[in-house]
Amino acid sequence: MTLSEVTEVSGQEGDFHVSVTQHPRYVDMEKCIACGLCAEKCPKKVPDEYDGGLSKRKAIYVRYAQAVPLKYAIDAPNCIYLTKGKCRACEKFCPSGAIRFDEQPTTRELNVGAIITTIGGTTYNPADRDTYGYTRHPDIVTSIEFERILSSSGPYGGHLLKPSDGKEPRKIAWLQCVGSRDVHVAERGYCSSVCCTYAIKEAMLAKEHGGPDLDTAIFYIDVRAYGKDFERYYNRAKDDAGVRFIRSRITGLSPAEDEGGHVVRYVDEQGRMVEEAFDMVVLSVGLGTEEDVSETARRLGVDLDQYRFADTSTLEPIQTSRPGIYVCGVFQGPKDIPTSVIDSSAAAAAAGGLLAEARWTLTKTKELPAETDIRGQSPRIGVFVCRCGTNIAGVVDVPAVVEWARDLPFVVHAEENLFSCAQDTQDKMAEVIREQGLNRVVVAACTPKTHETLFQETLTNAGVNKYLFEMANIRNQCSWVHRDDPEAATTKAKELVRMAVSKAALLEPLTEPMLRILPSALIIGGGVAGMVAAKNLAEQGFDVHVVEKSSTLGGNARFLQETWRGEDVQAYLEKLRSEVTSNPRIQIHLESSVSRVEGFVGDFESTLEGPGGRQERIAHGVTIIATGARELKPKDFLYGQDPRVMTALDLERSFLDGDPAPGQAETAVFIQCVGSRNAERPYCSKVCCTASIKNALKLKRQNPGMKVFVLYRDMRPYGLREDLYREAREGGVSFLRYDASLPLEVSKAGERLRVAFTDRVLRSQMEVFPDLLVLATATVPSPVADLAQQYKVPLNEDGFFVEAHVKLRPVDFATDGVFVCGLAHGPKPLDESITQAQAAAARAVTLLSSKEMPVSGTVAWVDQAACSGCGVCVAICPYGAPRFTEESGGKAQIQSTLCKGCGLCVSSCRSGALCLKGFETSQIMQMIQGAV
Amino acid sequence: MLNRKVGSVLVLGGGITGMQAALDLANSGFYVYLVERSSSIGGMMSQLDKTFPTNDCAM
Repeated sequence: MTLSEVTEVSGQEGDFHVSVTQHPRYVDMEKCIACGLCAEKCPKKVPDEYDGGLSKRKAIYVRYAQAVPLKYAIDAPNCIYLTKGKCRACEKFCPSGAIRFDEQPTTRELNVGAIITTIGGTTYNPADRDTYGYTRHPDIVTSIEFERILSSSGPYGGHLLKPSDGKEPRKIAWLQCVGSRDVHVAERGYCSSVCCTYAIKEAMLAKEHGGPDLDTAIFYIDVRAYGKDFERYYNRAKDDAGVRFIRSRITGLSPAEDEGGHVVRYVDEQGRMVEEAFDMVVLSVGLGTEEDVSETARRLGVDLDQYRFADTSTLEPIQTSRPGIYVCGVFQGPKDIPTSVIDSSAAAAAAGGLLAEARWTLTKTKELPAETDIRGQSPRIGVFVCRCGTNIAGVVDVPAVVEWARDLPFVVHAEENLFSCAQDTQDKMAEVIREQGLNRVVVAACTPKTHETLFQETLTNAGVNKYLFEMANIRNQCSWVHRDDPEAATTKAKELVRMAVSKAALLEPLTEPMLRILPSALIIGGGVAGMVAAKNLAEQGFDVHVVEKSSTLGGNARFLQETWRGEDVQAYLEKLRSEVTSNPRIQIHLESSVSRVEGFVGDFESTLEGPGGRQERIAHGVTIIATGARELKPKDFLYGQDPRVMTALDLERSFLDGDPAPGQAETAVFIQCVGSRNAERPYCSKVCCTASIKNALKLKRQNPGMKVFVLYRDMRPYGLREDLYREAREGGVSFLRYDASLPLEVSKAGERLRVAFTDRVLRSQMEVFPDLLVLATATVPSPVADLAQQYKVPLNEDGFFVEAHVKLRPVDFATDGVFVCGLAHGPKPLDESITQAQAAAARAVTLLSSKEMPVSGTVAWVDQAACSGCGVCVAICPYGAPRFTEESGGKAQIQSTLCKGCGLCVSSCRSGALCLKGFETSQIMQMIQGAV
Repeated sequence: MLNRKVGSVLVLGGGITGMQAALDLANSGFYVYLVERSSSIGGMMSQLDKTFPTNDCAM
C-alpha cells in the first residue's frame, strides 16, 4: 500500500486495529503502463528529491526507473491542475486513460497481530543552519547528492562533474560529522554511525571515476570503521588508493578568491591553523528521524528518546515501549544497511514468536494453472526483447532485433517490451504465451542473475514449465559495454538472441524434487546468541537442541556486569537461562561438540560428542552457528606477570566479584586496540572503545580523585554511545591519542608500572605511572575451522564466518539451512548479538514453517553406462552431492537435493558421464553453432 | 486476558528494512500489509550508488 500512512492504532499485542489512510495517486495503477508520455508532456518542473535536487522531475513522475510499483504518481502540491484548476496535459496525452483527477483519500481498517515500524529516517539538512554556505555554493554538496553524482542513473549520467560548471573536479574534500556528534546543531549529540564508512566509499569511487590524479581528502575527528571488514577497506583507501585522512577541527569554509573553489580552514592535530583549497566539498551529513516523527510515534503509541529515535533498551533492542510493536532500522537508531536488515529479521522473529499459534491462518495460496504437457510438440518459441526504457534501447536497435528474431527457426512470436520486468508486461507476456500456445520463451533483456526467477514465474503463471526459458543478456553484454558503437551492439544482440533461440529449441521440461524439512533446529553455542535464538525458535513452535562446549550456558556475558546504558546483564542472563532450560521444546547438551555432520537443508544428521566420548545423533532441519569468540589474552604489556595489568573482561569480572582493588587505584590507564587493527588482526573489535569508556566512568564515579587515562587511536563509540563518551570527557576522563606507528611500552620502573607512548597531539614521548592498567584486547574467533568444514560454510581471513551477502543476507550462509549469529560472525556488542540471534531464528523459520520445499531442477545426472567410477566428481563437488553407494554398483550417483547445478563435476568428468539438466551438451553445442 | 492472536502483521515503511521484515514474515506463514508513505518502495538505499565495502550496486 503506497502513499499510505497509519492514522490510528487501537487494541493490544496479538490483536491491533489499525486505520490506514491512502492518499490519491491520481493515476489508475491498473491502467498505467509507465510509458512516461505524461511526464514528457507535463509542463511543471520540480527539483528531483531522488537526485538530491540536482536535477528536475515533473509534477507527474516515478521516483526512478526501477521503482516498484512502476506506476506514475501526481505530486499534488506541484500539479498545476490540482492547485490552479488548469492544464490536464497528462490526461490528454495518456494513451491508456489512466489519469484520475477525481481520486479521493481512502481509509482502510486493518486487523493485525503485530506492527513492525521501519519508517527509517532522513539525512541532516545542512541548510538548516548554514554554517558552510551549502545553500549558496553549488559545489558544496551533501553526501547523498554526491551519491547521485556518482550514480550512472544520476544527474550527470555517472560522470563525476562539478554542479557549478560541469567540469571535472581535481580536488574534493569531505567534511565529517556534519549534523552529528554536535550538541549545538539541532541537538544531534549522537554519532550517525555510517558517515565515516560512506565517505571512504565515496572517496574510493571518486578515485575510480576521476583517476588516480584526483585528490581526495577526508577531514575527520575519529575514523569509525568499526564494522566487519571496514577496517580493511579503510586501510586500502589510506595506504593503496591514496585517500588523505586529516584529523582536524574545521573552523571555516569560504570561497577561494582566484580560481573558484573553496578554502577549507582547519586546526590540525597539533593545533596549527591550516588552509587548503578544494574545488568540491562534500558534507558528510548524519542520519536522523523525519520531521514529523513525533506525530507518527504518537499515532502508534510508542515512546521516543531524546533524539527522537524509538526508545529501546540494549537487552530488548527491537521492542518499543508498546508491546506488540517492534522497531527496526534507522527509526531505532542511526545504523547501516546490514544492521538494519538484521533488525528486520529480528522483528519478524519477535512477531512470529508472539503470533505462532495463528501461523498460516490468514495467508492466501496462489492458484497456479496446470502445467501444459508439451511432449511431442514441436518447439513454438516466443521472443521478448526488452527496451529497459533507454537503458538498452538507447544503444541497441531493439525493433531491428525483434525483426531479426522473427525469422529464426521455430520462432512464432517476437515483440518488444518497454520494461519486460514490469508487472503489467508480465501479465501481458503470460497472456501471449497462452494465446499463441508458446512452449519455449526467450527474453532478451538484462541478467538472469537478477531476473531469471521473475520470468520463470511468468511461464509458470501461463502454465508452461519454468525450465523452458532462456535469457539473452543484451544489456550488460551489449548496450552497456558497447555504448559507443550502437551498430556493433545491435549485431551482438542479434547473435545473442540467435544463440538463446538455438538452445531454447532443445530445452526440456524439468521437475523440481520436493525436500522434506524436519521442524527442528540445532544451535551450536550456548552463549547469549545461541540462547536467544533457541528461545525464539521454541516460542515459534519448533524443537531445538543447543550444543555447548563448556559446562555452563552464558558465554562471555557471564563476565559482564552491566551494559553501556547500565542495564544489569547478570539479571538478564539468569532470566534467559531459566527460560531456555525450562522450555520443554529446548534440549541442552553441555560439554558437547559436533563431531560429524551428514545430510543437508531440511534433513541434517549431526553427531554430538558429549562427556566421556558419549555419542548422540540428532536429526534436524536447520543449523544455527553461534560459536562466539573470546577475548585475547595478550602475551605482552606484562599481562599475567603483574597483577595490576588486566584485560577489560578481567576488570568486568572484578566488578562482578565486588573486588574493591580497582576502585582504589590512584591512576588508571586504559590502552585501546591491543591486538586489534594491527598487521596480524587488521580488524576493529568494535566493543572495546565503549567498554573502556564505560569502565573508565565507573572507576571515576567510585573514586572521583582517580586519574583516568584512555590511550586510543580512534575513539569509536558509534551511534548513541557517543553520549557516554561525552559524559566521560566531561566527567574528567582524559583521552590521549597515541601514535600506533611508534612503540607503546609497558615496563616496570622499580615497583611502579610505567606506560610510555608518543602522544599525537603533543608529538612527544609521554609517561604515565598507573597502578591499574586495563588492556582493551581484541575479540578473537573461536577455533571453528573443523565445524566450518563440516557444514561447508566459509571463514574469512580473520577466522570469522562469512555470511551469504554482507548487506542483504547478513545471517544466512550460501549453504542452505545454515545460519550464523553473534560473535562467530564478527565482533559486536551484546545488543547486536541479541538482534542477530533473533534474525537467525527468523531466517530459520522461513524454512522450518513450510514442511517441504522445492529444490532446483537444474541438477547434474550421471549417464550410468559411461561412468567409470573414478571418483573425481566426489572429490571436486563443494556440496558433497555425488556419492557411491552399495546399490549404485560402483557408479556415481547425484543426490539432487544437494546439487547446486554449478557444473564442476560435469566439466571434470573424464568419461563424459556427468551431465547438467538445462545445460546438456547438445544444448550448448547448438548455442555455439548459433553463434558461429 | 488476551486470547485472540491475529495471523497478520503490519509493516510500516517500505525501505530495505521493511521489505526484509515483510518477506521473512510472509515466508513464515503470516499475511503482511506493507504500508509505505511515498509512491514507491525502496527507501533511502535506492538513492545510493554503490554499497560499502563490496561496491555492489545498491539497486
